[in-house]
Amino acid sequence: MADTSRQQTRRAHGAAGAIVLSGVHKWYGEFHVLRDINLTVKDGEKIVICGPSGSGKSTLIRCINRLEEHQQGQIIVDGTELTSDLRNIDRIRAEVGMVFQSFNLFPHLTILDNLCLAPVWVKKRSRAEAEKTARMYLERVKIPEQALKYPGQLSGGQQQRVAIARALCMNPNIMLFDEPTSALDPEMIKEVLDVMIELANSGMTMMCVTHEMAFARSVADRVIFMDRGEIVEMAPPEEFFANPKSDRTKHFLSQILNH
Amino acid sequence: MTATTNRQAPGPLVTPPAKPNLLYRPEFRQAVYQVLLVVCLIFAFWTIANNVADNLARQNIASGFGFWNRTSGFDISQSLIEYSNQSTYGRAFWAGLLNTLLVAALGIVFATIIGFLVGIGRLSTNWLISRICGAYVEILRNLPLLLQLFFWYFAVLKNLPGPRQSISLPGGLSLNVRGLYLPAPIAGPGFDYVLAALGLGIVLSIAVAIWARARQRATGERFPVLWTTLALVLLLPGAVYIALGQPLSFQYPVLRGFNFQGGVAVQPELIALVVGLSTYTASFIAEIVRAGIAGVPRGQREAANALGLSSGLTMRLVILPQALRIIIPPLTSQYLNLTKNSSLAVAIGYPDFVSVFTGTVLNQTGQAVEVILLTMLVFLTISLITSAFMNWFNKHIALVER
Repeated sequence: MADTSRQQTRRAHGAAGAIVLSGVHKWYGEFHVLRDINLTVKDGEKIVICGPSGSGKSTLIRCINRLEEHQQGQIIVDGTELTSDLRNIDRIRAEVGMVFQSFNLFPHLTILDNLCLAPVWVKKRSRAEAEKTARMYLERVKIPEQALKYPGQLSGGQQQRVAIARALCMNPNIMLFDEPTSALDPEMIKEVLDVMIELANSGMTMMCVTHEMAFARSVADRVIFMDRGEIVEMAPPEEFFANPKSDRTKHFLSQILNH
Repeated sequence: MTATTNRQAPGPLVTPPAKPNLLYRPEFRQAVYQVLLVVCLIFAFWTIANNVADNLARQNIASGFGFWNRTSGFDISQSLIEYSNQSTYGRAFWAGLLNTLLVAALGIVFATIIGFLVGIGRLSTNWLISRICGAYVEILRNLPLLLQLFFWYFAVLKNLPGPRQSISLPGGLSLNVRGLYLPAPIAGPGFDYVLAALGLGIVLSIAVAIWARARQRATGERFPVLWTTLALVLLLPGAVYIALGQPLSFQYPVLRGFNFQGGVAVQPELIALVVGLSTYTASFIAEIVRAGIAGVPRGQREAANALGLSSGLTMRLVILPQALRIIIPPLTSQYLNLTKNSSLAVAIGYPDFVSVFTGTVLNQTGQAVEVILLTMLVFLTISLITSAFMNWFNKHIALVER
């Protein structure tokens, strides 16, 4: 019963897209971090968000799985509205995967245990089943041989690929990336981006905060430029890079593309 | 090749390392300092030992452990082993040691439980709980321990009503100025079966826990292990107990004349010491636990939350296992402090090891050197065993880093 009603709500909002933000505001005390954010992300769409530091881009995607709380407006993820209802938050978190700048693998668990923890404890899968899925995703991010090592024994690029695999093990509909390559050495950035490109090609809905403009060009359906808590510009990549409309966007692009 | 020969300079380009003066060689200097230190130490110890031997000889005090088997002639108010004033000094040693170990063991258990609860409570998002825990820590750790022991002993326990006006607690317990009186269990015929049922219940619970773990690995189903364990450990012996016609009677302490007779009496000195030591040490443990949890990077909690783990599971599976490795080393120091602080027992008249052996036995025999050395040896042994165990445990949970 609950399932059918949930599917109905999903269908009702489903047409509108996987993520809907309307009129979202957020303050840190006096500081207005998000100002009137309106954004609809369709199922399977890839969005890249860029902007100077402190522009609110990380805060925006952290609001989508409620790591941050918004104070005004509406956020609907996959047909469920984010309110303070704990059940809704749990449901959304189990369906939305997140990858962090600093990987945040659990250092006291092996790679395999990192991947199996949430499927076993949250989704109540059997350990054998969880391990099978985990090994499948490790294969997909091309490090199956590291399964029994600990995070501290892996390179940054390998750790970030494990973090992506860990999020994928929950079988999410949406993946959020918060500057996934910013903490990596240049030669490791590519191995992580390759995994993300492959993931994008598989049809996953993705929101990605990144300054990798080559990645934005090749993968994104839309690129968003944020500054001072606002969405300043939103356009398909060809248009975004060829003729940005706002001066702030032009200034930002000239700074990150010409160095 | 020819170029090299042509360019050969008259003298060598680099001066060959001339043998440096012995004084400027680090190995030589280090050796000299170490030899000097050893000589000084030997001289200091020799002087002290000589001095002690001279003084003892002058006062006609025989050294050695001849006193060990002599009759002590004094009483100990509370002992875990058979002891009377006809027992030997050796037996007094063991009686005191066991009393100290009893206080240390009880204190460590209670201090750990209270400390973890208060430490986690202080981080609670509930305003009231975190403030209460904060106040607990600030009051308890900022007052001298001796004062707190006096408080518990003189202000609380010694102000309780006398035996005739005892405070009755549930379960036949009574509390008065002379201590806490518990009913003494007396096993009737067939009580062995109840114990056997309890043993069976414990064994079955362990089996269930192992099975549930295996099943969770195999199917992902979680089993209510806590409830089955409670049922097996409580209900199984309970059922046998009732089936056999309740073969356990309690000898309740009854007021006869001026005091209670029968039952088990726990002296107020022991209660004051255990309560004082454990609440005081718990305030330090609470801070250690708080620091340990705060020391786990914020990203760990966020990552666990983003995967959909509830806050309870996050604490249990992600935060605490990592916090423990920060908590264990300072926690060990607190256990050692508690054990050593138990010697303050002498101030409120609890017959601990220091009070019995280093106090009374030393006074009566006059064998200061032997008694003090033995006391040091005992505390060293207890402390080293404790820290060896904690180090082993810490190694067991240490993180693997490349």
